[in-house]
Amino acid sequence: MFDLKIKNNRVTCRPGETVLDALLRENINIPYGCKAGACQSCVVQSLDAKPPAKAQGGLKDTLKSSGHFLACQCHPEQPMTLKLSKEAASFVDGRVAVNEPLNRNTQLLIIDINDADRYRAGQFVNLQRSDGLTRSYSIANIPHASGTLEFHIRRLPGGRFSTWVHEELKVGDSIPVSEPQGHCFYLPDRKEQGLLLIGTGTGLAPLAGILADALSHGHSGPIRLFHGSREHEDLYRVNEMRELAEHHPNFSYTPCISSGDAPEGFTQGRVHDAALSAQADLVSWRVFLCGHPDMVKSAQKQAYLKGARLADIYCDAFVVSAEQAPSA
Amino acid sequence: MSNSLYERIGGEAAVNAAVDLFYRKVLSDYRINRFFDSTDMDAQIAKQKAFFTYAFGGPNNYTGKDMRSAHAHLVKMGMNGSHFDAVMEHLGATLHELNVPEDLIAEAAAIALGARSDVLGL
Repeated sequence: MFDLKIKNNRVTCRPGETVLDALLRENINIPYGCKAGACQSCVVQSLDAKPPAKAQGGLKDTLKSSGHFLACQCHPEQPMTLKLSKEAASFVDGRVAVNEPLNRNTQLLIIDINDADRYRAGQFVNLQRSDGLTRSYSIANIPHASGTLEFHIRRLPGGRFSTWVHEELKVGDSIPVSEPQGHCFYLPDRKEQGLLLIGTGTGLAPLAGILADALSHGHSGPIRLFHGSREHEDLYRVNEMRELAEHHPNFSYTPCISSGDAPEGFTQGRVHDAALSAQADLVSWRVFLCGHPDMVKSAQKQAYLKGARLADIYCDAFVVSAEQAPSA
Repeated sequence: MSNSLYERIGGEAAVNAAVDLFYRKVLSDYRINRFFDSTDMDAQIAKQKAFFTYAFGGPNNYTGKDMRSAHAHLVKMGMNGSHFDAVMEHLGATLHELNVPEDLIAEAAAIALGARSDVLGL
């Protein structure tokens, strides 16, 4: 018998019971489906104890490493503190250290944060304005190295949050930051594997974080970054990436422009077309796709058909809040 | 029999390995890929997992009626026995590739074949 702690509840898992059984017995609302480890509806996170290996079968490596497991497959081996996926994220206060333009419509926002070790490059957090308006942004740096979180904030037409960041948020202001979320990040387990990184717009943010993380771990396989936008002016960090490619022989960088003629040094066309046609196959590659949902979906399927394992394709599709629809 | 086919074949890990190979075959097969051509790949993969869990005789909640209603729109799109047979081909080839013993492949094929009339709305 082991105790399970969930927020303010304490549930005792009886001998022979799974975590899911115990939660359902106590009427704790948790989604579930097959009860056989196949559908993955009942994923929960252990905040302390390492879950039994059997309970993590079939999950992505990144989810495993962050303590996620299948409640229906878990017979606890010790007491556990659990977080249900739908539980509201908790916030801590950060402080704005830098807020300056990266290009004509994108702002670099750097926030000083305590406990930076718990954030990983490529994950996302929710940022909150004092009236509660909340938006998700991806982490573009290695947080534990500097004690900061870096974000790239693109101004969207009619976007209330992004306009506020661009026009009103000042260095020194305090801003609530949620705990890290998402499983789109680098794990240093197979360093010889090829990494293909494809992003549109501020999809460069998580990819830049993942790239920095991979290089800092001495990733030895090829790393190919393709960054695209409609127009040349919407790209950023072009020179920094080129410089990085000069210093790391296993890293290559291809900026792509989808509309009009591409200037010298840029590739003409949609970024995922350029990235995937440059690649004979993706067998044993790890693929990260970040940015516009249509690009992510289309590239996900193409990468898979080129031989990448489903478990090796990581997606971070940007969801634009409905109220920001330009039709308003 | 002490263990279900699902357990003998390798349970959930076997389902995941099979889906990875099977879905790629299906999407690359011009005869049938239009029936699988959804933009939401994650939703499609969940369906393929359900399919394999079913074919392995694993835990699932399908009834014949569910099978009919789930595939009705595909029948409207022109899905017929030849398409069903193509899927059966890929099922067999996938399990061969995973070195599943012949007798277990035959069991899985028999389960899948059992759904034929419901899937095709016959």
